[in-house]
Amino acid sequence: MAKDFDPSGRVPDYFVNAGTSSFTQFLSHVSPELLPGRRPLPPGLSGDVAPHGTTIVAIATADGVVMGGDRRATMGNLIASRDIEKVHPADSYSLIGIAGTAGIGIELMRLFQVELEHYEKIEGTMLSTDGKANRLAGMVRQNLGAAMQGLAVVPLFAGYDLSASDPAKMGRIFSFDVAGGLYEETGYDSIGSGSLFAKSSMKKKYRPGISTEDAIRLAVEALYDAADDDTATGGPDLTRKIFPVVMTATANGTHRLTEAEITAVAELVVAGRMENPGG
Amino acid sequence: MAMQFYASPEQVQRDRSDYARKGIARGRSAVVLTYEGGILLVAENITTLRKISEIYDKIGFAAVGRYNEFESLRRAGIRMADVNGYSYDRRDVTGRFLANAFTQTLGAIFTETQKPYEVEICIAQVGSSPEHDELYRITYDGSVMDEPGFMAMGGQAEAISSVLRERHESTADLKTALHLAAEALGSVGGENGQTRTLDAKMLEVAVLDRRRKGRAFRRIQGTSLLTLLVGEKDVAEKDLGDVDAAPPPPATTDKPTVSAASEEDVADKDPAEPADGVNGDGS
Repeated sequence: MAKDFDPSGRVPDYFVNAGTSSFTQFLSHVSPELLPGRRPLPPGLSGDVAPHGTTIVAIATADGVVMGGDRRATMGNLIASRDIEKVHPADSYSLIGIAGTAGIGIELMRLFQVELEHYEKIEGTMLSTDGKANRLAGMVRQNLGAAMQGLAVVPLFAGYDLSASDPAKMGRIFSFDVAGGLYEETGYDSIGSGSLFAKSSMKKKYRPGISTEDAIRLAVEALYDAADDDTATGGPDLTRKIFPVVMTATANGTHRLTEAEITAVAELVVAGRMENPGG
Repeated sequence: MAMQFYASPEQVQRDRSDYARKGIARGRSAVVLTYEGGILLVAENITTLRKISEIYDKIGFAAVGRYNEFESLRRAGIRMADVNGYSYDRRDVTGRFLANAFTQTLGAIFTETQKPYEVEICIAQVGSSPEHDELYRITYDGSVMDEPGFMAMGGQAEAISSVLRERHESTADLKTALHLAAEALGSVGGENGQTRTLDAKMLEVAVLDRRRKGRAFRRIQGTSLLTLLVGEKDVAEKDLGDVDAAPPPPATTDKPTVSAASEEDVADKDPAEPADGVNGDGS
């Protein structure tokens, strides 16, 4: 931040002026090097240089949303990480999961968290759920160049909508494409390499108005099905006690299932598959 | 040809000081004090334009004086804190860093520009115990002071401070601390030197809760403020217990709100703070 060294010692003008309430926009003036998607890449495909995160699922429930993600990151045929966490709270009422190039995804997720908090603090009020999704779409769009060269990252965004008038529409799920396209999903959605199998799994069992408890079970089942057929998705690791990260967003805020809670659900799912491997 | 009169540098500084002091003294006051559970920030404020704000996890901001001026400093504080927290780590954002930035800025504005800022600012950082709390007072000329557990800003700050000095205890609970703050603010400004009783509508109240992980700042407003000010039972004290930072309180309760962005705000449809163009003359 060489521009900050004003000899008078004053905080630079762009910190003080009314300007924007968006942290990303602000950063693009002050320290563009901190933003993902602004770095020049060498020509050619670079997809194999960094680990990839895989399957995320989200389900709208009667009380809000449930989001779950497996714990694997892969690099080609190797498992880069067994315990990566790809589902995080975006703010007090919403969740973000990431699939694709893990490094860029985690950076995007952190930036999005600060983006929402920054707006909250500057404006004294929270962004609307649609506003949050639009911001995230804009941030994904910035990464298009890198995506074209194999460093694609796609988030899944889900939140409890405080301003929804219809109680059945409190839980909202948004998916994105690499070009920054924003699509609201009904009921459930999944992203990542195992999403095909996870979606098929959820399609058969999802019912509108599903309870949060059932949705948690459904999410873990779907991740199991994804891991069953996709090598890049990790299943429940009983020997190391590594289970999916599952979070909920409801009127009470976000909650990450504790070690004990998720262990209980995962063990039930595994026990069920002992009887019937197809679920 | 216009005559250029000589004015000594001392005279220039004095004039600017007087100008800033007068501006600040016109407005209503604010107090910041430590209590057993954290730091309490109270401003006398009948408008929806805020004088108290969250800056970062453990850091709060309170200001008196001219609204557009301290609002731009508040924004700068949030921006600096977020940039640092994003590029390093959340723990690396400190109150001292912000106090330094503000003192440099206000100092430069005071010496270099025609009109000094008519503001007085408090940067409060809550610690694990009252001894670890930090309160920085930054004045219009850029001087900074590390205050011992309590401070008053604005018109007649001396009189308010003396009330606080006599009765402030860092072991007091929230209710006691809030009553002290309200009485101290009400000790001045009455007709013929009478004291005033400030009710919930005239106060803007927030705490930095030392027991909270993550973002410690939350506003106390609505019914929970009423309960604390006049009620018999001490509702908020138990609510200020070991709540985790991330999940906000349930939408239906009368608990203190998590932050400026709580669901109470959404429900009440508070008008958002206007941009910097709005001039409050320190009310």
